[in-house]
Amino acid sequence: MADEVILLDVWASPFGMRVRIALREKGIKFDWRAEDLSNKSPLLLKMNPVTKQIPVLIHNGKPVCESLIIVQYIDEVWKDRTPLLPSDPYERAHARFWGDYVDKKIYSTARQVCTTKGEPKEAAKKELIQCFKTLEGELGDKAYFGGKTFGLVDIALIPFYGWFHSLETIGNLNMEAEFPKLVAWGKRCLEKESVSQTLPDQLKVHDFLLGIRKKLGIE
Amino acid sequence: MADEVILLNFCPSVFGMRIRIALAEKGIEYEYREEDLKNKSPLLLKMNPVHKKIPVLIHNGKPVCESLIAVEYIDEVWKEKAPILPSDPYQRAQARFWADYVDKKVYAAARNVWATKGEEQEAAKKEFIEILKVLEGELGDKPYFGGETFGLTDISLIGYYCWFYAYETFGNFSIESECPKLIAWAKRCMEKESVSKSLADPHTVYDFVLGVKKRLGLE
Repeated sequence: MADEVILLDVWASPFGMRVRIALREKGIKFDWRAEDLSNKSPLLLKMNPVTKQIPVLIHNGKPVCESLIIVQYIDEVWKDRTPLLPSDPYERAHARFWGDYVDKKIYSTARQVCTTKGEPKEAAKKELIQCFKTLEGELGDKAYFGGKTFGLVDIALIPFYGWFHSLETIGNLNMEAEFPKLVAWGKRCLEKESVSQTLPDQLKVHDFLLGIRKKLGIE
Repeated sequence: MADEVILLNFCPSVFGMRIRIALAEKGIEYEYREEDLKNKSPLLLKMNPVHKKIPVLIHNGKPVCESLIAVEYIDEVWKEKAPILPSDPYQRAQARFWADYVDKKVYAAARNVWATKGEEQEAAKKEFIEILKVLEGELGDKPYFGGETFGLTDISLIGYYCWFYAYETFGNFSIESECPKLIAWAKRCMEKESVSKSLADPHTVYDFVLGVKKRLGLE
């Protein structure tokens, strides 16, 4: 019996991208449905009544919510191929820790850098620089955060690579100079089809962030 | 070779309680070390350099940080006994979703109940009760969030029960009158030795919160 896999998402969401990358890594066919967040579909509200947010994976009619929970679900269901988490419990805990770090630290800080100005922007920028330095330290000389293979932490972070251009222009950061290992890692990930097929063009993301700034009245 | 298990903790911490419960459920012997958060030990700073927070589980010298990640680690390492997560991937995703909901919502809302006053406190109480009601809805008529057996979501939430006395006293309200099913669930959990031995005494918690309020000038 064929699996029915639907993903409720929006193109710009880094969280949705995580799920798309995981599905593509596993070679799973899915029906991608773009939501209008100002007019959420009855399906989204029914499948995620608690937070009403995307992404939502609907597998044979049953919803799974929260991007890193979805990625782990995908890894457990389609366990016969391309593991996204290591098999050793300590390594798994280590991967989950860094996935959680990305979740707690990167999105809100990066968004603040790109969509505010003055004091809040400078404070966010300072924090973001510290976070990227910490992540570079964790990456070290490994090809991926998971070591030799692309995994959960890489999936958690790589969507934010699409924001690097915006962080440079709006945030006045020189990403390549300040975080050369991260930029190299980003380019390495982009060589993977699952990533290159998923990440939108950095200029498209930039336009999107500029749109938010305009709406918020930030110049 | 015997396992060496150490827990760096701070007695009132609901997060530390989660790990204590998980270790007790599995019957694992461990060394408990109380941290002075105003004077963190070199071991804590070495074992959790990223966040510098408790709780930290140290297993044979290797640290696992973030309470829910540590609970899953414990479940995976000591997998022959008292499973904490279900075996079915969909049920696991649901358990993780609700534990994540507790993590994202309860702490901040509860803190606002005791850390504010006047109108702000009334709003905080309303939000806190709303969150508890969502959890009550998810519990339904099940004995535990996991169904027949005590599991991850129960572990994620039950520690807050020993803080209810402090919330109710400082907030001047009754949680039981608003969420009777949740209180019944909590009392059911407290019948388990792993829980009753791991939760702090509500009066100890109250004194602790009073101390924090004084220090922060929040009386």
